[in-house]
Amino acid sequence: MAGGDAMTDALTVRGLRVTRGAREILTGVDLHARAGDVVALMGLSGSGKTTILRVIAGLEPCDAGDVHAAKVGMVFQFHYLFEHLSAIENVTLAPAHVHGVARDEARRRAQTLLDQLGVGHRGQALPRELSGGEAQRVAIARALAVDPPLLLLDEPTASLDPARRNELGDALNELARSGRALLMTSHDDDFVRSHATRVVVLADGRVVEQGEPRDVLGNPQHAATRALLQMERSRPR
Amino acid sequence: MILCAFLPRCLWIEGFPPTRTTAAILVAILLPIPASAQSSILRWGGDAEGGAPFVQADPVDPSRLTGFDVEIAELIAARLGRIPQFVQVQYTSLDQSAKRGDFDIGLSGVEDIPARRAALAASVPYYEFREVMTVREADRDLYRSLEDLRGRRVATLGGTIAYELLLEAERTHGITAVSYDDDVHPYTDLGLGRVDAVVLDNVLADRAMRRNAGLHTHPEAQATGHYIIITAIENTALRDEVDVILRDAMRDGVLESIFRTWDVWNDDQPQLFARVLAQSTAGTLGTPGTLSSPGTLSNVVRYLPSLLRAAVVTLVLSCLAMALAVALGIAIAVGRVYGGSLVRLSLMVYVEVMRGTPLLLQLFVIYYGLASVIRLPAFLAALLGLALNYAAFESEIYRSALEAVPRGQLDAARILGFTNGQALRLIRGPQAFRLALAPMTNDFVALLKDSSLVSILTVVELTKQTQIFATNIGSWLVPGILCATLYLAMSLPLGHLARRLEARWRVATP
Repeated sequence: MAGGDAMTDALTVRGLRVTRGAREILTGVDLHARAGDVVALMGLSGSGKTTILRVIAGLEPCDAGDVHAAKVGMVFQFHYLFEHLSAIENVTLAPAHVHGVARDEARRRAQTLLDQLGVGHRGQALPRELSGGEAQRVAIARALAVDPPLLLLDEPTASLDPARRNELGDALNELARSGRALLMTSHDDDFVRSHATRVVVLADGRVVEQGEPRDVLGNPQHAATRALLQMERSRPR
Repeated sequence: MILCAFLPRCLWIEGFPPTRTTAAILVAILLPIPASAQSSILRWGGDAEGGAPFVQADPVDPSRLTGFDVEIAELIAARLGRIPQFVQVQYTSLDQSAKRGDFDIGLSGVEDIPARRAALAASVPYYEFREVMTVREADRDLYRSLEDLRGRRVATLGGTIAYELLLEAERTHGITAVSYDDDVHPYTDLGLGRVDAVVLDNVLADRAMRRNAGLHTHPEAQATGHYIIITAIENTALRDEVDVILRDAMRDGVLESIFRTWDVWNDDQPQLFARVLAQSTAGTLGTPGTLSSPGTLSNVVRYLPSLLRAAVVTLVLSCLAMALAVALGIAIAVGRVYGGSLVRLSLMVYVEVMRGTPLLLQLFVIYYGLASVIRLPAFLAALLGLALNYAAFESEIYRSALEAVPRGQLDAARILGFTNGQALRLIRGPQAFRLALAPMTNDFVALLKDSSLVSILTVVELTKQTQIFATNIGSWLVPGILCATLYLAMSLPLGHLARRLEARWRVATP
């Protein structure tokens, strides 16, 4: 553990550098998140947002930098539920097989999680029978089932209509209040404004601006942030 | 004709100029030429695989044939004023081929049996042979006759009088008859200890004794039989001409000199010749054998039990081979997906070699080729051969199925804390299995049919039994229909089961 902040932070990233071949994806990124934070990573496509999540989750190596992360849960943009298992089996699989939780107990906890996320009635459904919003909630429940202090979400609003986005935002804020740190990537500045506690803007592989969403997005200082907002405004909703 | 006009153009597309020659070759291949159109040629059928002294490729010039049957065919052609032309036909198919008119006369150690005389026009006998028993030198006093071989395996060539003799001995003396498709391997397997005796005619036995050391042939005849020349049943005119020529050759000593050349002349022949010359019409000469030609229904009743037993062999062999192939295939696929580069490379080589060479060759190598290292029983060798071959195909199915499971699910599993092994067992494997089910079912049906190839290892399965049946009654029609029905009865329910499982397990494609 490096320094006092790292002891209390669920996530500390310092000087993260990632190259893929000759291409430099991240050129030195610093990030941190504590319990209760909902941190939004914004940036144009290819700015390296998803790569940051994948490096933190341990799915991809980095070339330089320190990553201190608590145990993480991750919700993928395309959910990647286990297609051969029902919703509730998706949630119970890891507790039962990785953490040795008794089957009945794992099932009871899974049902509670699904209920909290509003999909308790869909437990027996197979992933292909779920709507995009339902699949995402099941994916969140699956990630939460092993009780990670840090939850990573890749473009959580991508497959949701505006009403569902607000419901999701409320659910995420509730998770943060219950003592988790959340780090998500997002294109959606309205969503970030309403539900994130902090926004970090990436451009050309580095952090160009960060702070409270209403400051950063309301009064953007960096050209990249302005370009990003411009882009989002012109996007059909 | 439309076909002929069209085909050269297709070939031209593939790079051949549409010349007159190409068209002529195609016409020659595609159109059967009626025998009358080439009366100056005498097509004679035989099996060069049978080898000396009957028909063999000349060791000096393999494009030429030599053997006493070759010389007799040439003699007949010469006396008919025609040019002999050899047609290669597998020994056990000679009758069917004669019936189809693939050749004018057939001779290649063809035995005189009633079923053959009923189905074809047969000449007078031109050679008398004895069925003799060959054993290992060490067993010469132990096994003196078939009665001494109770519970033992006795080999011979399928579709012969000797085979009928052994089938009879199965009932009377409790031996096990083993049928081979050729006359070489019974003797090599005798040397190897896979069988304890071989019963075949003295000509073949003499040749085998020269090739294999450590064998002993009891001189007493188990039975006697004759070689004849066959023609299609409607071609009695040609048969009568052949009879005249054979009788002349018996009288003028030409036949004797041919047999002397090949060292098969003995005291039995003058007696045969005398009997033949005394007879004015063709007919069998006291040929042993229990065969007659009863009606279709009684044939079915007679052969159905053995066909059903053979179908059980096919089914058991296929199921065991498939189970083994699936287990091996899974191991290979997992090795190719998760293994290090050396493991991946060696498995890839295995798969490519097994997929890229004929199963028939692999079976030969396992059974005969490895016999000096490990002497596998026929059934086990068949099982292993099929399993090793199909494992290569199965592994490719599983490998692509494993790779079809989205990477994202594996990432999700890793973050949740699953080890690679757990992810394979709980997440990747079950989904891959569902994807693999349909191609696996196809392969099982293919295996069921490919299992017929193991008959070359003396395993009597459904196709082999059908062939025996067909050879004995001289027709493929009824045995063919029964055999096809049995194969379908095995494969159709399987396809049905697979479709039901698939419907239950269907995974949505992402």
